[in-house]
Amino acid sequence: MTVGLEHYLVVSALLFCLGLLGVIARRNLLVIYMSLELMLNAANLALAAFSRFNGHLDGQVMVFFITTVAAAEVAVGLALIVALYRKRQTAHVEDLTTMKL
Amino acid sequence: MQDLFFYLFAFLTLLCAFLVVANPFSRDPVTSAMFLVLTIVSMAGLFVLLHAFFLAAVQILVYAGAVMVLFLFVIMLLDLKEEQRRRFNGFGVVTGVISIAAIAAIFVKAIFESPAPGGDATPTLEGATKPLGRMLFNDYVLPFEILSVLLLVAMVGVILLSKKDLK
Repeated sequence: MTVGLEHYLVVSALLFCLGLLGVIARRNLLVIYMSLELMLNAANLALAAFSRFNGHLDGQVMVFFITTVAAAEVAVGLALIVALYRKRQTAHVEDLTTMKL
Repeated sequence: MQDLFFYLFAFLTLLCAFLVVANPFSRDPVTSAMFLVLTIVSMAGLFVLLHAFFLAAVQILVYAGAVMVLFLFVIMLLDLKEEQRRRFNGFGVVTGVISIAAIAAIFVKAIFESPAPGGDATPTLEGATKPLGRMLFNDYVLPFEILSVLLLVAMVGVILLSKKDLK
């Protein structure tokens, strides 16, 4: 059985689910952030696979844009985490529940 | 041969991604970051198999290079202790795993049920760098320029956020 579009899509879906699991199950802000990166990468893989098997380059251009946006997002998010850490001295989500009733 | 490489890289990607999320031996964020680097490198291998050579290079340079260095800098800066196993939230983890397994099942079923031209579609595209660049600077000039503004905004925002006294 040759490797087709479905194979790549299944890998991408599983990668996305692993990232989602990390966001839900882990309690460390930085690890949650890394799981978000995993989810973005899963989307990238799916787009690259579609681009390859449909014969358009648009998917690859989209991956390019997503990578750039992800880099900007990481910079802003990590700056937010550092600012939060300065105020609260913690990076544990259960200590950051000020807005909870 | 290509199939063998696909299975190898896919297995490595998923294994390392799992170790990022739930490493049974260590809950240190640095370990997670290192496994994230491995995940990204094996994903670059998958991109090469998809003939997206430029994207593979960008993946290594931007993610494994820049983004992960940023992550490691912040981890060192915050001086995080090992994530304590306090008040293990069993209910949350179990419900999370169950719901995500359901989502994964839906995804996989949707992929295989869909009348895609999938299995026998012959891969046609040679994802060379030249057509990609031509496309980027002809059809996608406006998004490209907007992206540069976005990067500027992000840079200004980060400088503002990391000032000592936020006013």
